[in-house]
Amino acid sequence: MILETRRKFSGAIALSLSTLAALTGLFWLVFILGDVLYQGLSALSLDLVFQDPVPAGVAGGGLRNAFVGQMLITFTATLIGIPVGILGGTFLAEYAHGKMISRIISVLSDIMVSVPSIVIGTFIYAVLVRPAGHFNGWAGAVALAIIMIPVVLRTTENMLLLVPWTLREAAFALGAPYYKVITQVVYRGAATGILTGILLSIARVAGETAPLLFTSFNNSFFSSDMNGPMASLTVSIFQYAMGPYDNWHAQAWAASFLITFFILLLTIAGRLIIKWRYHS
Amino acid sequence: MPAQTAKKDPVDLLFSSLTGLASFAIILFIIGILWVLIYESLPAIQRFGIFHFLFSTAWDPVKEQFGALTNIFGTLITTLLSLLMAIPVALGIAIFLTEVSPNFLKGPIGTAIELLAAIPSIIYGMWGLFTLSPIMSKVVEPFLQNLTRGIPLLGLLFSGTPLGVDLLTSSVILSIMLIPFTASIARDSFNLTPAVVKESAYALGATQWEVVRDVVMPYAKLGVFGGIVLSLGRALGETMAVAFVLGNNHRIPTSLFDAAATITVTLANEFTEADQNIYLASLFYLALVLFVMSFITLAVAKLFLLRAERRYSK
Repeated sequence: MILETRRKFSGAIALSLSTLAALTGLFWLVFILGDVLYQGLSALSLDLVFQDPVPAGVAGGGLRNAFVGQMLITFTATLIGIPVGILGGTFLAEYAHGKMISRIISVLSDIMVSVPSIVIGTFIYAVLVRPAGHFNGWAGAVALAIIMIPVVLRTTENMLLLVPWTLREAAFALGAPYYKVITQVVYRGAATGILTGILLSIARVAGETAPLLFTSFNNSFFSSDMNGPMASLTVSIFQYAMGPYDNWHAQAWAASFLITFFILLLTIAGRLIIKWRYHS
Repeated sequence: MPAQTAKKDPVDLLFSSLTGLASFAIILFIIGILWVLIYESLPAIQRFGIFHFLFSTAWDPVKEQFGALTNIFGTLITTLLSLLMAIPVALGIAIFLTEVSPNFLKGPIGTAIELLAAIPSIIYGMWGLFTLSPIMSKVVEPFLQNLTRGIPLLGLLFSGTPLGVDLLTSSVILSIMLIPFTASIARDSFNLTPAVVKESAYALGATQWEVVRDVVMPYAKLGVFGGIVLSLGRALGETMAVAFVLGNNHRIPTSLFDAAATITVTLANEFTEADQNIYLASLFYLALVLFVMSFITLAVAKLFLLRAERRYSK
């Protein structure tokens, strides 16, 4: 009897510890998000989006330059990263399906997904910034695209593999060449999945700071010239948070709030789409 | 095989080579990064060698003496500490999500944990600087100091002025970031255990915890280990979460309350300031060391995860 009580007792302890662990996870989430929400909302104003920065120490001003810069850089990165990612994923799931090379590239891109993004920043600095002689927005966009490509590539591959082979065979039987089968049958079948991959990859790069530090750098003035240094929200947050001024800190919080909830929105949208499309 | 007949079409040939080219971009990036980093760090490699660079604690831009040891040491310490803190919580969460939680809570709590992974690292960093760091310096660190005062080794670990900008705070932030990664992989591995095996254990009279400990855990060992190594790889390269609260101090820390430097923090703080060639080359050298370290770690993790997948998902 004593043995049995002891077994039950240790079981109860272990399982309550696991519940405690889950609560710890939730605690951090609520703590961090709540803090960002509270501090961000109390500092949020229209000026943040519509005003350019004012000289340090002067009250007022905003981060319009950083918003525009962030959008331009992310958008350009998306334009480069998504076609390459989708085409690459197509090769792995279709033309190289089941071949060794497909497995190797899959594994390598899984590794690339987690390669330190700051290393990619140093790489782009050597390749695109120094030859140009100055920091530039293009370099930032390419750095983000390199982070994006493996993410899109892997999701595309997985989503294309979910499309049943019989569907392709039916199209082949009608005499369609492979590229037509892919673009008109397979892509349509996997469209929502690929879209999810795109959303999640944008969410992934929108919060990246490290690869922008020495590529697009920063710019305290409004600039839409991708060929020059460009402000981005994340780098501005880094600069402002490390700076000594209280209104800088407030603006950093407000910008963090906007960027965090943009990213969480994308992430949740992506998850909902997957759930709606593949689990119902 | 449809591909053979289709190859005759010229458009198809074009499309297939285009896709092939796109996927080879991945290989190109990896080789390109390696090649460029080696090329750029050549001056430093020639001047400091490999072993001397890796094991030298010098970091003096004025005297142009550079070694990686303080950075590597900081990277390894923060990584190990954060893993130590993250793994128990992550495993607990995975157990909770697969075994303990009622069904209607599994989805929401699982999503909440994964949202934790979606928060950008700069937010963790800033939150750490403004919110966690004051708590650490005013509450947690003095408490730990009082607790361990007089104990020979532990006391030393917690000695110094608790400023909140130190190894401990950085590791705590990093551990919060690692929890969701490790937890979601562990959960997926736990879920691979066939229900029949668990049910047989229950039929023999095992308690829920005994099923987890003696059936699910051994079954998921490989996957969980892979997940841990993957988190390790991520932690090695994390920049912004630690850049705010580590202090960028190039000295071997003796206490957890010491400011330190990691490879990533050094790069983030000094890369744009490097004015001499040898300084920049040394920073590239650091990036190379980090790239090789994390690449190997991630490859090992992937190997374990692939093996786990192959063994159990037949």
